[in-house]
Amino acid sequence: MRQKIQKLWQFLFGDGARAFGTLSVILLICLAIAPAKDRFREWTRYQQKYLRLIRGRGEAATLQRRFQGGLQQIWMPELGVTDRCGTCHLGLKEASLWDVSTQPFRPHPPIPHSLTEFGCVMCHRGQGAATGVEEAHRSTLAWEQPILPARYLQASCGQCHWNTLTGTPQLNLGRQLLARYDCVSCHVLKTPDGRRLEGTTDAPALTHIAEKTTREWTFAWLKNPQAYAITATMPNFQFTDADARDISAFLMSVGQASGLSPAAVPAGDAAADAQAGASVYGESFCASCHATVNAAGMLVGGDVGPELTRIGSKVKPEWLGEWLHNPKTYDPDTAMPHYRFDQKQLGPLRAFIEAKTDSDFLANVHLEPASPEQVAHGKALVTERGCASCHEINGIKKPANFAPELTVVGSESLMKIIFAPGVERTLPDYLRAKIRQPHAFPSAKMPQYTFTEAQVDALVTALLAQTERARTLPAALRVAGKRESNYRPAGKAGQLMADMNCFSCHAINGRGGNMAPDLTWEGSSVERRWLVSFMKNPNTLRPALIRRMPRFNVTDAEAETIADYILTVYQTPDFDRDAIDPAKFSAADVELGKQLFYSKYACQSCHIVDAQNDKGYIGPTLTQVGARLNAAWIFHWLKDPQALRPGTVEPNRNLSDADARALTAFLMKQNKEVAKK
Amino acid sequence: MKRLISIACALTLLAGCSRPAKAPAPLAAKAFGAAITEVGGGKQVGSIGTALDQPVVVQVNDAQGSPVAGALVELHTAGGAMAVPTAGLTGADGQLTSTVTLGGRAGRYQIAATTRDKSGKPVELRLDEIALGYQQQQGRVLNDQYCARCHDPESTPERVSNHDNLTAKPHAFTEGAVLNAMSDADLAAIIGYGGPALNKSPEMPPYGYTLNKADVDALIAYIRAVADPPYRLKGLTYAKN
Repeated sequence: MRQKIQKLWQFLFGDGARAFGTLSVILLICLAIAPAKDRFREWTRYQQKYLRLIRGRGEAATLQRRFQGGLQQIWMPELGVTDRCGTCHLGLKEASLWDVSTQPFRPHPPIPHSLTEFGCVMCHRGQGAATGVEEAHRSTLAWEQPILPARYLQASCGQCHWNTLTGTPQLNLGRQLLARYDCVSCHVLKTPDGRRLEGTTDAPALTHIAEKTTREWTFAWLKNPQAYAITATMPNFQFTDADARDISAFLMSVGQASGLSPAAVPAGDAAADAQAGASVYGESFCASCHATVNAAGMLVGGDVGPELTRIGSKVKPEWLGEWLHNPKTYDPDTAMPHYRFDQKQLGPLRAFIEAKTDSDFLANVHLEPASPEQVAHGKALVTERGCASCHEINGIKKPANFAPELTVVGSESLMKIIFAPGVERTLPDYLRAKIRQPHAFPSAKMPQYTFTEAQVDALVTALLAQTERARTLPAALRVAGKRESNYRPAGKAGQLMADMNCFSCHAINGRGGNMAPDLTWEGSSVERRWLVSFMKNPNTLRPALIRRMPRFNVTDAEAETIADYILTVYQTPDFDRDAIDPAKFSAADVELGKQLFYSKYACQSCHIVDAQNDKGYIGPTLTQVGARLNAAWIFHWLKDPQALRPGTVEPNRNLSDADARALTAFLMKQNKEVAKK
Repeated sequence: MKRLISIACALTLLAGCSRPAKAPAPLAAKAFGAAITEVGGGKQVGSIGTALDQPVVVQVNDAQGSPVAGALVELHTAGGAMAVPTAGLTGADGQLTSTVTLGGRAGRYQIAATTRDKSGKPVELRLDEIALGYQQQQGRVLNDQYCARCHDPESTPERVSNHDNLTAKPHAFTEGAVLNAMSDADLAAIIGYGGPALNKSPEMPPYGYTLNKADVDALIAYIRAVADPPYRLKGLTYAKN
């Protein structure tokens, strides 16, 4: 053995020349290691594969010309982006590779941003600087940023966009849910500009709860809110019977009657009034805001107000009568309008609503009068579970910092998180599990929500948008959300509009709901006479709509006050409402307009002018449009509808002034008023 | 001794670190059917990566066509799509309901629902689902806002279709047989300049002064995505892993 080694040594380093030769060879090999290592890098294989892929294609020459070998890098220090993804993802910008389904060569689908402007990791996360498949895409112990799964991808849009984007329905839903389910009442969640997100549920104040409902109902509700109404936003706190008994006792003890004298509402004969009540309920379009489960088991109606399926099991009859009479007496901030029902409507309506009961719901609830210890225990529980975060309760302060802040939860380090058993070690999976089963985690105060899979996805998406990166991005990149204005109309009309809660459905000057048309420029469009009669008896303009303006029993004087206010204040600066005098239109103008209406522009596909023959019902019926709108509005509307009401379906037809004038003449002739009922 | 203890400690630590092996509950078929049919949930349109609105419901029937309870149905998905649950026994009505989440790539996803008959031979049903990417999703929003009122003949309580009120009946965007034959340029022309641009009815108004080019492109992308039969059938590839 030793001899062999000696021989080899002699062979390699026996004399000066041999030693020099051997060392040179070793040196050469050492020098070759670096380029060889480079030659066999993972990404070089992908580049060769890409070249083979494009070789056989029709547009091979173009693709070949655009191919750049070697490491590709996008570097944007101000965004914290160092991306080498393009080294392997070579087809990202090649739309002609649309049929290639294998990664890493798929083209990137069209998006509103350029890839070189933002890089890849801004949206997809992962390790941009890495050049190996494992390193770049999957989390390692040192680098905690795996690729964001496609199902949460919209979270990335939310890092800069705090406004509502049409392209990100899931993110928008998630943010709505955070507010609607009052997550943000316990958790602090701030946008990068430091503004705290506010809840939108308006969980009812419990200061006068004893006036509204019974302790039995409160008990059953606390036990399982979703058993009362499947749409209930209050989560299930999984209280024991004893806990629910004590909390209900405490709430009743501090939610005493406010001393309001309930309006005398005739009780009504339930059987006889059921029909009449149902028609008041229908005529008043209660279902636009309130849902009920119908006989077929389907939930029908809007989600602005609470579900009414079992309302008769909840509210006290006197309270219901007073609420229907004028909801503002109990809750001055309610979104429910003051309908001004008369006694003939109130009795039947109350009987109809009261009859919506569920005999099973309270069948097994029997509560003894509570002892002081039970009330004290109830108070302790209410404090411990943070009820006052959402509800106003006499004697309990709204807790501060009740739950962990979620402002940067989207970039939370996995090292800091305690995972429940069986939960995949990724941030999205942690958030999912936490939302779906909060009780699986140690020391969780969080209650049990009943979200669908899609809602959980949406919530996780919205939370993942709350990243450290979002907070530190240059302010110029940030697109702020729309803030609701605090516009309040003034004077007597303003009081009336607040009383009837016009803003629950209509938006004016950036404040209000979107169920009904925006009225910001209503004063430039309508005729006073029409508006007054519409206020008194809103007849439908759009036959296909199921949500319509309900009739409030306004007096003549009230209708005129509101009409005058609207006509004076809600005027567009773009034109003068009296600029076009319809008396100056000639018969020839009207005739030309008619021809344009029916032939060239085929307006009858969407509108009805001649009730006998026209059928279109996308736009409003125009049989009396001349009595409803003024000529200047019609003319300017025809010229550019979107300028007057952004997003309206009516297309801009790029009409010449002459055509628009003729059409206006024709439409202004449609002014036959129907005899009043 | 010390060494032994430290080894034992290390082993315990390692054992603690390893994820508890999740043994999938063995699902054994209690009954066997002869056929599998779709009850609902096929041909849905959703955004990439999101759960479809309606669950996929399949039903196992015996040779006489009556439902079989307790048959094992497996749902196979590809391309990052997921079905929850991926397998299960049919209920008393012979049906299995599963929520499907689409993968990250826009296009068609195929879900194969399989069950085995008495002889152990697999019986398969394939369902197609459509995933919309960002641009198609934009198109879908525009479709709902401007087009669906006439182009979608189905009425819902929220939206009554105007389709039947028109003299020239608009094509539903799913009518691939007609729309696939139109080039992108033709679609852009009829959207931008109205029916008369292609010698069709003026009941189709021009939207070129209302929508911008990106909007029109998005609409075309949406129309291509929902076409049935699919657009560019020849090159159609289902999402794969």
